[in-house]
Parts: sequence; structure tokens; C-alpha cells
Amino acid sequence: MLTIATGNKAVAAAVKEARPEVVAAYPITPQTEIVEQIAEYVASGELDCRYIPVESEHSAMAACIGASATGVRTFTATSSHGLMYMHEMVNWAAGARLPIVMANVNRALGPGWNVWAEHTDSLQERDTGWLQVYVSTVQEAYDATIMAFRIAEHRDVLLPVMINLDGFVLSHSMQRLETLHPGDFIPPVNLPHAIDTANPAGYGTLTGPDDYFRFRWDIERSMRRSVGVIAETEQEFADRFGRSFGPAQEYRCEDADVLVIAMGTLAKEAEVAIDRLRDEGIRAGSLRIRWLRPFPELDLDGRDLVVIDRDYSFGFGGILAQSLKSRYRVDPYSVIAGLGGQEVTFDDIASFVRERKPGEERWFGVSDDV
Amino acid sequence: MTMYEIRIHSRGGQGGVTAARMLALAAFHDGKYATACPFYGAERRGAPVVSYVRIDDHPIRVYSQIRSPDLVVILDTSVMDVVDVFHGLKPDGKVIMNATGTREVSGHVTYAVDLTGIALSLNLVIAGSPILNTPVLGALAKLEIISMDSAKKAISDMFSDDRNTRAAEAAYQELVL
Amino acid sequence: MTEIPKEEYILKCTSACAGCPSSIALRYVLKAAGPETVLVVPACCTSVIQGAYPNTAMNVPVYNVAFAAAAACASGMSEAYRKAGRKTHVIVYAGDGGTVDIGIQALSGALERETDFLYICYDNEAYGNTGMQRSGSTPAGARTTTTPGGKIHAKKDLDGIVAAHNPPYMATACVAYPQDIFKKVRKALSIRGPSFIHILAPCPPGWRFSSDMTIEMGKLAVRSGMWILYEREHGKVSINGVSKAALKKPLPLEEYLAPQGRFKGISQQAIDSLISQRDRVAQRLLKEDEGIC
Repeated sequence: MLTIATGNKAVAAAVKEARPEVVAAYPITPQTEIVEQIAEYVASGELDCRYIPVESEHSAMAACIGASATGVRTFTATSSHGLMYMHEMVNWAAGARLPIVMANVNRALGPGWNVWAEHTDSLQERDTGWLQVYVSTVQEAYDATIMAFRIAEHRDVLLPVMINLDGFVLSHSMQRLETLHPGDFIPPVNLPHAIDTANPAGYGTLTGPDDYFRFRWDIERSMRRSVGVIAETEQEFADRFGRSFGPAQEYRCEDADVLVIAMGTLAKEAEVAIDRLRDEGIRAGSLRIRWLRPFPELDLDGRDLVVIDRDYSFGFGGILAQSLKSRYRVDPYSVIAGLGGQEVTFDDIASFVRERKPGEERWFGVSDDV
Repeated sequence: MTMYEIRIHSRGGQGGVTAARMLALAAFHDGKYATACPFYGAERRGAPVVSYVRIDDHPIRVYSQIRSPDLVVILDTSVMDVVDVFHGLKPDGKVIMNATGTREVSGHVTYAVDLTGIALSLNLVIAGSPILNTPVLGALAKLEIISMDSAKKAISDMFSDDRNTRAAEAAYQELVL
Repeated sequence: MTEIPKEEYILKCTSACAGCPSSIALRYVLKAAGPETVLVVPACCTSVIQGAYPNTAMNVPVYNVAFAAAAACASGMSEAYRKAGRKTHVIVYAGDGGTVDIGIQALSGALERETDFLYICYDNEAYGNTGMQRSGSTPAGARTTTTPGGKIHAKKDLDGIVAAHNPPYMATACVAYPQDIFKKVRKALSIRGPSFIHILAPCPPGWRFSSDMTIEMGKLAVRSGMWILYEREHGKVSINGVSKAALKKPLPLEEYLAPQGRFKGISQQAIDSLISQRDRVAQRLLKEDEGIC
């Protein structure tokens, strides 16, 4: 069905189609519409699910862990400080190999209090063993959520999946949305290590130095296998529902001399900058990274790179730029822009390309005197 | 149609954000692509609020704030004391203002529609505030930014009380081109 | 005499200390609960007692979870089971640290949401698993590794906090009275909604008494009135016979304190504080038991 919806409502609508059995929810701006809409679906009977209004985000993930361990599908959502509060249990969920799906509405960290878009929150979770995807349209938020359940629950993966969408600028923006009924696209969940009272076992017990590392390796092995699972899932989604994705989305990259690399809505707006630059005779393209974990295979040879980080790792650099540097031995022009919802327009992006200095870092909007 | 950009100024609690969403919904019913995004400052009843709507025949990839709107809609003229509502308005840009009588705004075609009066006459009031976001759709339809059929459909998608549709029709009638 | 089933759910390979009260209590908890049970265990002595991968000493599923998270995890688990129509017992088995300090938020939330589960706090009055640092449940005057001069502040009234949430059933118990534990667990599991049982667990290394004195110490606690055995069912209090007798004529407090190294050199001020807290709680409970409130 074709309709118009905000990013948050699209995520909630996709969750409804996936039919989790348990949803644990704690509100935080700008995620609140997700949990509110799901509550409405449950209250009206449209979604047959146990809705647990937990008392904190740490408990939200703990409750999802408890439910998921019994072998049922679960979901939660958070943002920023909520994600930070949840951090311990975010780690636990991946270590426990539970296919929990969570939407994170990207928002800056305080102090000062800032409710607008920034990626540092989810990027601080990049080492946890969660798969992470970053979306840039309402439709993509919906589609990615549908696919997340299937990917997480795949027996070669069995890792939780985080869907990231920019706070306010995507979570609260209305765009066209085509909803769908997944049917058997999402098979029933089947957790091989679900709790079984007929076969009692200890879960997460004391695991010594001779054994612990094997479990960590198993997480990584599944993360590597997830590359193929993601590809196969997205291919089948394209075949059945007509929209295709990939680890990164390319726009006019084929003959490009310079690539703009970013995530989320900035990366989508970059396409407008690309069109303007092309009109000027600059052969630019944009590469919107979608899957951050597993980190994508990219072909970056022979092009200048302008990497826009809507995040920062203090004392080190923009996380995307540094990741690309270390993986691909490139020397990007690293632009730090959009922190805390800072306005970045397609004109600004075009100017980053025109002014680019490979190997340098620029904080958009600041000079040495701040 | 190239992209058409509309900026809506109101105060928190007056339904400015819903107005933007209904406008996008109506444009969607017209078969267009449309995005609506509020800019949230401190979300408090009474604080100035700005919402952005973009309408285009092609998918919209711009998320940044509207810098040169084609149309400015002012649901509460008192915000003009604290906000430069005409900032960036295109030279041939238009203004819809919730006001009685005619208003001249330097160099821009201005349409004054008494949205408040229309709402009050229909007793379309919630928690003391007259509903402005449904009648304004009628004004927008008169300017052919959306069709009146789609405006009515968007209204009935969101509200069941048919006074909302009547308010839109009244505003449609009142706006003189 | 209650008929206690012979089946054992704790097998013979635990890593418990000699004389461990928690293991004794858990033995009777599991006998009462039976095999259709999942234990949710946050960081606490039981995390270690159950053994290390690839072994487990427990013949029921044990879901280990982070320190602060037990009640929330149990909440999610219980909701999933009840939605599936399953009557599996979800029992949190947590120490005092993971209940009264870092776990209090999750416990409060689970009680407020009327989660269908049983929360058991076995209380050895310190952070046992990490080497006996103070917890909010440590009594005044007790030496711990982080209160070497004796704790200044009083023991947090966990039962009062839980009672304020009006659970259908809550009770106190003590490892020295295993039949009582068995009966109370059975009762708790028969009631839908949240139940809470607070078990005193005198800990030989923590309280510094010899490993063969665990049961004796538990009896001293009850007979001196320092631990009162009672139930609160839908708010109505009934005090166990043995505690009623103890409160009529309590053993002098010194008899309870003297054998414990943790109270060595306890100040008179701390003793007075212990006595006044005991008497305050006892008076209130006796009144409630008699229906005078």
C-alpha cells in the first residue's frame, strides 16, 4: 500500500509486519513515535505482542534478552543516551547470540543537551558484534527493518541488528512509503540454543581463558558469514518487492574522479551536490555507506575521496574517514560536519568537493578560535 | 514542476507541524512526491515552530532547511515579532497569512485569510486553541499548490470531524486571488 | 512434616565455599520449583557456584545475565513464556548487591509491571562474589573490605521497599529453616504475579565464622530477632511461630554478634543502632500481624 509516513512511523509499521512476540520499550526523543505507534498497534489488536514498558533502556535490552533467549522474536528502539545506558546489555545481546532487532534514532550526546542528528551514538557501539545499517529515506527505514529480522535470525548469523536513522531529519520527516506484507520472506524464528527445560543448560556461565576466545571468534565468523546472508536477503527482497540496496549505494560513481562518502541523510543530499558538480564539469559521485558492520568491501582505487563524518572519535579522527584509511590505504579529505544537527546543505557538500585537500581534516564551521 | 518549497510558521500547540504533514499528504494524493519536516526547537506550547514542506514531481533528496521558499505560511502573525518569517522568500514568492483584511508585505503577493475566524465560527477549537491547520489547506488549494479534492482527502485521512473539511472550504472561498 | 522430594537439581560439582548458605537455600528452592523452571542469575556467588564452561552444576536451565539486569531479563522471559501459554517458572536467584543496590531499579520496574515471576534475594549482607565489599544490605557496625571500621549506615529495608509495591506475595526466610524455604517457594509459585522471598544467608568467609556454623548462625539470627521470619500475602502479615517466640524473648544480641568476626570491636553506637532498627521493624510487624495498624 502506498502512503506517506515519517521515518519513525515507517519503522513501527515494519515491526508490525514482522510480528515480534515481545517488544520492550523506553521512550527517548526522537525515538518516541516508534514505541508509541507500536503501543497503539498492540492496544488495537493489530499487533499480537507483549509490550513491556520497562523502566530504563538498560532494562529494555535486558528484557529483550530474556524474551529472545526463550526463542521468540523481539524488538526495541532507542537513541543517544538511551543507547549509552544500554551499552552493557548491547554487548550482552551480541555475546549471547540473540537475533534482537533494534532501531536507533541517531542523536548527539550531551552535555549540552542536543536532540538533533549525529552518528556518534551508534558508532560507539560498532565494536559490540551487532550488525549495523544506516538508512537515508523513509522507505529504506521500512525495508531495512523488515530485512533485519530475517538477517539476524539466519542460522549463519544469529547476531542482533541495529537500524540507524537520523534524528528528526529522517525520524520526523514525512516521505512516500510503500508498505508490504512480507509473507514467508521472514521465516519463523528458530533459535538453535533457545532455553529448553527438557535439556537444561547453563547460558553465559563462567568461561575461562582456554575457552572464551573461541566464542568471540564464533561471533566474528558469523559476522563474516553475514555478508553473504545480507546479499542474499537483499537480492530476494529486490526480486520480490522491487527495491534493491547493497552494502553501499553508488550514485554516478562509474566514471567519477572524486567520491563523496557519507552515511544517512547527508549522503542522500550529497546526490544533489553531485548533480550540481557534474553540471560544472567536475566528475563527482557519491557513495552512501549503508552497512557499517560488517564493514563493506569498497572499490576506492584511483579516486579522490571526500569523507563526511557526522561523528567524531576524539584524539583520533572522523570514524568513517579513519575506518576507510585503515582498511583501504586511502588518504581522504575528512570533513567533520553535521554534529548535533548542524545544517549541512548540498551547496556545502559541493564546496567540500571543490576545496578538497587529500589527507587533511576540516571541521565544518569552525576556525582555530572556535 | 520543479521543486516547490513552503515554510510554515506557527507556535507550538497550534498544529503547524500537522499542517505540514497534511499538506504533504495532500500533495501525495495529487501523485506528487512530498516531504514534510518540522524543525524542533524546545517543544513547548507557545514557542515559535517552523515546518518545511517540499513538493516535487521527482523524488526529493534534500533534507536541509528551506532557504528560499516559494511560499511562506504564517499561522500566527505574532511570531513575526520574534522570527524573520520572510527570510529568503523568493522575489516572486507568495505569503498566506492568518489575518483579517488585506496586508501588504514588502514586495510579495500576500493573501490574508481569517483562519482563526473560520475556526471559531465552526467552533473548531481544542484546548482553547482554534484549529488552523485544516482551513489553511483550503487556502493552499485555492493557490493550486494542492488540489481541493486531495486537500479534503488529507483532512479526512487525519480527522473524522467534518467541520474540518467545511473549514477548508470556507478558507478556499475566502481567499481572493 | 512437609514431604520434600528426593530429586536433586544441584549436582555434585559446584564451586561453592564449604558451608555456603546460598547453595543450601537453592537446593530447597529447586526442589520446590521442579524441572519446569528457568533460573535467572545476575552476577553473584551463584554465577560462580554453578561451575565453569563446559560444565554446569545445575539440572535446570540457568540464564546468566549482567549485574543490574536480572529482574528486567526475567520480565522479558516471563512475558514470552506466558504469551506462549507456558507455565515455566521464571525465578531470579540474586544476591543482595544485585537486588538492593544496582538491581533495585529493575526489580522495582518488574514489580510495578506485575511481572509473573519469583524473585529470590539470598542475602549475605555484602558483595560476596567479589570479596565481601559492603552493600546496601550490610548492617550497621559490620566490617567489610570497604568498611574496615564498621559500616556507618543502617541496612537498607529491602522488604519495606518491596512491600511498597504491593506484590501478591512476599516472605522472608532463612537457610537454617529449609522446610520453611520449601513451603514458601511452593506458595509463591502457586500465586500469579510477582512474588518475592528474602533469604538470610550467613556466609562463613564473609561474616568470619567457621564453615560448620552456617545453620547455627541462621538460628541465632532468628532467635535474637535480627531476622524475622514472616509472610505478607496481599499485604496481610503473618509471622512464623519461631519468630513470634523469638520476639517475645529474644536472645541477647551479643550472642549473635560475638561469633562473627565482622562484628569484632563493634561500637556501642552501632549496637544501639542495630537494636533500635530491629525493635522498630519488629514492633511494626507485630502490629501488622495482630491487625493493629
